[in-house]
Amino acid sequence: MLTKLTHWSRLKSPWILHLNTGACNACDIEVVAALTPRFDVERFGILLKATPRHADVIVCTGPATRQMKDRLIRIYEQTPDPKFVIAVGACAMSGCVYRGAYNVLGGIDQVIPVDVYVPGCPVRPDAVIDGVVKLLNKLKG
Amino acid sequence: MKFQIPIGPQHPALKEPISLRMTVEGEIIRDADLRLGYNHRGLEKLAEQKTWIQNIYLTERICGICSHSHTTCYVQGVEKLMEIEPPKRGQYIRYLVSELERVHSHLLWLGVAGHEAGFDSFFMYTWRDREIVMDILETISGNRVHYGINTIGGVRRDLDEQQVKHILDSLAILRERSEYYQHLGTNEPSFVARLAGVGYLSREDAIALCAVGPTVRASGVPMDVRKDDPYGIYGEVPFEVCTADTCDVLGRTVVRIKELFQCYNIIEYLLKNLPSGPVAVRAPRRAKPNEVVSRYEAPRGENIHYIKSNGTDKPERLKVRAPTLGNYAATIKMLKNGFIADVPLIFAAIDPCICCAERAVALVDARSGQERIISMNALKKLSRQVSAGNARKREAEWPL
Ligand code: SF4
Repeated sequence: MLTKLTHWSRLKSPWILHLNTGACNACDIEVVAALTPRFDVERFGILLKATPRHADVIVCTGPATRQMKDRLIRIYEQTPDPKFVIAVGACAMSGCVYRGAYNVLGGIDQVIPVDVYVPGCPVRPDAVIDGVVKLLNKLKG
Repeated sequence: MKFQIPIGPQHPALKEPISLRMTVEGEIIRDADLRLGYNHRGLEKLAEQKTWIQNIYLTERICGICSHSHTTCYVQGVEKLMEIEPPKRGQYIRYLVSELERVHSHLLWLGVAGHEAGFDSFFMYTWRDREIVMDILETISGNRVHYGINTIGGVRRDLDEQQVKHILDSLAILRERSEYYQHLGTNEPSFVARLAGVGYLSREDAIALCAVGPTVRASGVPMDVRKDDPYGIYGEVPFEVCTADTCDVLGRTVVRIKELFQCYNIIEYLLKNLPSGPVAVRAPRRAKPNEVVSRYEAPRGENIHYIKSNGTDKPERLKVRAPTLGNYAATIKMLKNGFIADVPLIFAAIDPCICCAERAVALVDARSGQERIISMNALKKLSRQVSAGNARKREAEWPL
């Protein structure tokens, strides 16, 4: 009963933490744009949170620079279970144009496990919403 | 009694994740120190391994808000190296996108400033209208943020009649909305009271510390590369350099709102006088050994690219000085003797970038060595509490 309830509430209000790990900012502003009136993700119960301790879903942008690696791991560990990671943008998926640069690890999945990949450079806000919805469907199933 | 406060490396008001160490005495900031390198990707080195054309798309991804600024700056330099001149129509379209980008960046910044000052409906309003500009950019270039419209020797896409009409129609809406914001700002005493007098930077300091863009213009220095050293078509376009002399965050807001209107005028001028002809010329694959410095007025200030060629199809060196870097020294000056609660606002005022939402400030108690972590939201609440105590000016003066 209780697990059913938590499962239900988890589906209804995924709180996200937005983390920039060396992105060029374009993906970041598109994630923020998804919160503003035109796209308005709050109608799905998606809320942007400021601290990892409140979040269910980490939305990562950027190719994971060397200096951000430890921080990324720390933030992942601070997020309470069950946690999910969405890699937003070509950078977070594979490194994008920065692939091969000396300070870039190339993709978030080199550092932490990723559940959903959202392609695009930058992603459209609708794609971010779609990614979160896909994740929710995955949880339902 | 002095405290040390590290902020960052993740902070929403800064372009790159950056770490800031502040020494405070009570509420007053006595000293500030910047640490860089969290967002370092090794882009300049990477540029040396890519061809001239590939580098356009690399420089575009230096920054997502002024992506067109970086490509234009780079492309201008490469065109000089290759000794080619893009056709007039190509130039008009290139700088049309520049001005549209400035509009989107300034609207974005206004929203961020509203958000940091605790005026969230302003944030939602401006970001709603920013979507109009994004739509225009999408119809011109096919993408919302990285337009990929520049190429060496011109632009990659042409405009047709319908697009011109669409832009002019949307411009009318934007103009109307911006007037509304101007009005809203003038008649919103708490907003004006929150911004006035925060982050003071005197005219002398602004010049001595090499501040750029709206930051220096808000200190009464009419410095704008578009006027001082006109590149491209700016020599023939009529526009004014907007300044303010309040030297604070309010002034920076005013400068940006005024610039919005100038941008609308420039865009209208460019569209009405759009010459006919081709949009690009063929560029050679190699550039002769030479070096060049290219300047460009990005939404945040002067952007400089230094490019060195060695006769191959790749640059030997590409050096980028983004406007934010020019403003760091001035930021430290602005932070000194300010309040902790004003930190988000002062940061936001030099560089509008709301890229990340998780933010933490650790307060280190110098006596006990204890660390206290407070979130940026708590800090903002604190900032509102501080400003709530301020006397409200009934008829707030807005130097517009
Ligand atoms: S995927 Fe593209 S737009 Fe997104 S952060 Fe990377 S380079 Fe920037």
